[in-house]
Amino acid sequence: MPGRHVSMRELEKRAAEVRLQIVKCMGPGKFHHFGGSLSATDLLVALYHRQLRLRPCEPDWPDRDRFVLSKGHAVPALYVCLARCGFFPEEELATLKTLGSNLQGHPDMRKTCGLEANTGSLGMGLSVANGMALAGRATGRGYRVYVLLGDGECQEGQVWEAAMTAAHYKLDTLTALVDRNELQAMGRTEERLSIEPLAEKWRAFGWETFEIDGHDMGQICGALDAAGEVTGRPAAIIARTVKGKGVPFMEGRPGFHNVMVTEEQFGEAVAALEARIASFGG
Amino acid sequence: MSELKGTRDGYGEALLALGSEDPRVAVVDADLFRSTRTAAFAEAFPDRFFEIGIAEQDMVSTAVGLALGGMVPFANSFAVFLAGRTFDQTRQQVALPALGVKLAGSSAGITQGPDGATHQSVLDVALMRSLPNMCVVVPSDAEEARLATRAAAQREGPVYLRLSRYETPVWRENGAAFEIGKAEVRRPGGGITIAACGVILGRALEAAELLEEQGVSAEVLNVHTVKPLDADAILASCERTGAVVTVEEASIIGGLGSAVAEVLAERASRRVPLRRIGVADAFGESGLADELLEKHGLTAQNIAAVGRELLAQKS
Repeated sequence: MPGRHVSMRELEKRAAEVRLQIVKCMGPGKFHHFGGSLSATDLLVALYHRQLRLRPCEPDWPDRDRFVLSKGHAVPALYVCLARCGFFPEEELATLKTLGSNLQGHPDMRKTCGLEANTGSLGMGLSVANGMALAGRATGRGYRVYVLLGDGECQEGQVWEAAMTAAHYKLDTLTALVDRNELQAMGRTEERLSIEPLAEKWRAFGWETFEIDGHDMGQICGALDAAGEVTGRPAAIIARTVKGKGVPFMEGRPGFHNVMVTEEQFGEAVAALEARIASFGG
Repeated sequence: MSELKGTRDGYGEALLALGSEDPRVAVVDADLFRSTRTAAFAEAFPDRFFEIGIAEQDMVSTAVGLALGGMVPFANSFAVFLAGRTFDQTRQQVALPALGVKLAGSSAGITQGPDGATHQSVLDVALMRSLPNMCVVVPSDAEEARLATRAAAQREGPVYLRLSRYETPVWRENGAAFEIGKAEVRRPGGGITIAACGVILGRALEAAELLEEQGVSAEVLNVHTVKPLDADAILASCERTGAVVTVEEASIIGGLGSAVAEVLAERASRRVPLRRIGVADAFGESGLADELLEKHGLTAQNIAAVGRELLAQKS
């Protein structure tokens, strides 16, 4: 369950466990978005195991914090976090992307308990988060809104439309995180279509902008806390991450965006992640 | 003759009233609040009016967030942009989760007039009708637009309201009951059915009078809801009269004419010949609204003539 008292070491251990669950529910022999799910894992664990005020037993609690996964293809990582928080049984994770499953290939809020919005077609999540923050202001509710974008996703024009809107309306209940793993489906972002200087862009659009190591729990939690203190403007956290983090043969390599791994690769990934969990001791 | 009004005017009046009645009603607009008639709401309820700027995609997705935050948002732009430019946002975030976002497509159709093809939405009805969970309402005058707007606010799930700047008399009786999804017999008749929607309904009624003078009794159906279509009412009328002309100020591909043809082809117990009048596989162009209506055969004279031809071929 979420709680601010959790230690950084405990969060790191949970992130290792979540990564193993992600890889296991994806499995070998099927196409899955491994890379972007694993790069975003630490951010999601910090949100779901520490930051967000949620009531999994009352998923529609009107004052709950909202989280929108704008990079919807990373939803397997979110499914694992939701299941571990108790929104649905962990056994369901094995049904990922199969016919009749509640766990669709991209987020479907009508099918999965705990999801706040439909995403998948990229570029739309920040606008939705803005709307949620505006509604929170209009209805006098004190919830905060978080949204996670992909770095390649920042090539979508709507992201910058929404960035302007959030700044115009001084949405200081809003925090946007960017999973800056430097890779997109067809290669390196800077080679496909450059998005740098990314932090300067967010600053120029009127956002209080933090740059952190997106795999350092201390930095993640520190930035989330600092973002919550910002007033009069929205906050962006550019989280430098490694695509495929935790699985050595995927880390930082193009080609693991949406892929099928072999039995052998699957075994190697599981072994690496199990070793990481074991390193925390009993 | 009563005062001339566009359907957008009835919409704006309804929105203002809804604002007082329901604190959940909110409005997003994309730098068109005078054209879309949301200016009065903006002035009365500044805390629930959100100018999103010239960014229709951001506007629709923001409305999604407002709906998820418990509000009843109306998203506004010209119909051509709302149905076209934001189709993907509407598909993924409004229609798929069946969210209560109300889309008000203003200055719709060729009656948009001089701005030409880029600004005339002839495809909006077809596009919106293709979306699962979407409800498509095309009011025929300002009073009907007022009622349709209120009904849209009350309806769970998404609604596309097709609104026009084209000014017509208000034919609808003040306060006459309006129900989404229920076609209305505006003029009973037995010789031919004219099924129409939107601001062209008045011309369909005039066409029925012309036919009457020529000895043909025409029944005029106001099919203000193109989806969900009142298939039973349309079938009942068409099977009784034995012939139907559909009339719409939009593309006949995918619009009301297509919807009626689909129902007849699959369900009619007898053959009912059909003619569709509307924009026939074409873009719009600059011109006065009345000139464009005439060019596309949307006059009372032409509707009556097509009806007579159809009856002649049938016998």
